[in-house]
Amino acid sequence: MELLKEKCVGAINELEIGSAANAVKIGGQSCMQFLFKEGAMPHAPVAAVEILDCKPTDWPEELVTSLGSMVKDPAVWAKEMVSKTQAKILCVRLQSAHPDWLNRSSDDVVSVLKKIVSAVNVPLVVIGSGDDEKDNDLMPKVSQALKGYNALLGIASQNNYKTITATCLADGHSLIAESPIDVNIAKQLNILVSDMGFDPRRIVMHPTTASLGYGMEYTYSIMERSRLAAFMGDKMLAMPFILFIGAETWRTKEAKDGGAAGGVNWEIATAVSMLQAGAEILVMRSPSTVKSVSKYIDLLMKKGE
Amino acid sequence: MLVIGELINGMFKDVARAIQNRESDIIQHLAEEQVNAGAAALDINVGPYSKDPKADMKWIVESIQKVTDINLCLDSTKADCIEEGLKVAKSRAIINSTNADTDKMDTIFALAKKYDAQVIGLAMDKSGIPNTKEKRVELAAKIVAKTMDFGIGAEDLYLDPMLLPINVGQDQEKTIIESIREFRQLCTPAPNTLVGLSNISQGADTRSLLNRTFLTMALANGLTAAILDPLDKDLMDALITAELILNKNIYCDSFLEAYRKK
Repeated sequence: MELLKEKCVGAINELEIGSAANAVKIGGQSCMQFLFKEGAMPHAPVAAVEILDCKPTDWPEELVTSLGSMVKDPAVWAKEMVSKTQAKILCVRLQSAHPDWLNRSSDDVVSVLKKIVSAVNVPLVVIGSGDDEKDNDLMPKVSQALKGYNALLGIASQNNYKTITATCLADGHSLIAESPIDVNIAKQLNILVSDMGFDPRRIVMHPTTASLGYGMEYTYSIMERSRLAAFMGDKMLAMPFILFIGAETWRTKEAKDGGAAGGVNWEIATAVSMLQAGAEILVMRSPSTVKSVSKYIDLLMKKGE
Repeated sequence: MLVIGELINGMFKDVARAIQNRESDIIQHLAEEQVNAGAAALDINVGPYSKDPKADMKWIVESIQKVTDINLCLDSTKADCIEEGLKVAKSRAIINSTNADTDKMDTIFALAKKYDAQVIGLAMDKSGIPNTKEKRVELAAKIVAKTMDFGIGAEDLYLDPMLLPINVGQDQEKTIIESIREFRQLCTPAPNTLVGLSNISQGADTRSLLNRTFLTMALANGLTAAILDPLDKDLMDALITAELILNKNIYCDSFLEAYRKK
């Protein structure tokens, strides 16, 4: 029997993050994830490690133990995590700027960030503290400091996208656009951002991550719907996805009270599901998760050879 | 839906004059305007005043191809005039058209095979335009059967139920819409369906309103292509909205803009 193949007219945008020496390419596929017989999947999804720019205070025991003493210094943390996991991308969350955390000034945050950046040689994803007011002051300074790095910065949302879009445009960075598990808002935000003159091919979508057991299916179905539309030619949904797996899974009850490997298993399960849904960048917190998921990606990509 | 721009037609006086005087910039401007407005193909008709339809067809195709590589819909009752266009067309062409007469179909489908073109099949024959749904479907089925003989796929066929002006065939419009729905059932995969949209409002006032209202009704009944005026913004907005309601595109607040960015 002949395999019935879906015909696609569209493809996911190809995006390069990082400078020439260490650049990573994502996207570019013309088929649902890993369905190699239906189209091309030129680039493997990427497992990224996430660190904070300060010592974590509320992370579960299991995770903190696995990280050890490196978390005392963000630059050491970055360096050791990248070398230990061989992660291809480093994600820095500028948590220290948040008013409920250390409420550090933007200049102080940038000076720590510079130390982190000089400790590693991988492409960067840098996201703000999550406080709009603070981030609107902070992210333009971050963007300037990273000029030339071709980083991926975030986060733009429907209610707060102008400052970060303008600054990414000025300094040549790509942008994370976030929507609340809502494909209509995802598409609208992509239009709003591109209306500012920002190249839609430099947008990465965050559909909002939900952990296994906490609504992951909703994220999955939104990603799937968005992907199918992109393959049918909808250019305003043809962006790669980033998922913050670690940040979501390590908040769950299962990760906190799940015993020795409860959190890691929860993180892996969520990551591989999102991988199937169409994630291009999976941001994780545990070193062993990053290693396992990278290995799993390699295995899946071999099937396409 | 496939939008085929209708404006390069020698029936329009300015186009006829441009053809006669070989003013390629006028034709090229019309081509670009239609493409920018959302046309995915352009209908080319040298018009009734052409003294040398073959030479005119060749000249128009070549003129347009200097500014765009869009698909062209070569519109003529004469096969040799269509072939002149096919010879020089760079992108895949649509032949406009054949009716359901056997000798005509044989000629046109042979051309389609030779030049790998798509074909518009009119649900009419020597005896004229049918006035019942049954007869329209019968003629459409005859065309579908013939494409199979020639090994032409249903996806390369556009069945046209022959749209009549509202002030001529008002009692036929509902039948025409029902015919579109039935054409889609004729085979699997379903053949495309097409109308020359402006026919509905020929000789009427409020043309744009008639055109866009018919279009949305026809879309809901399975229309997949239309030859129309893409510069009519209200019409294009109605088309985009109808396709949205039919779940062809994902909604967002700026859905009109999103469609145009496609």
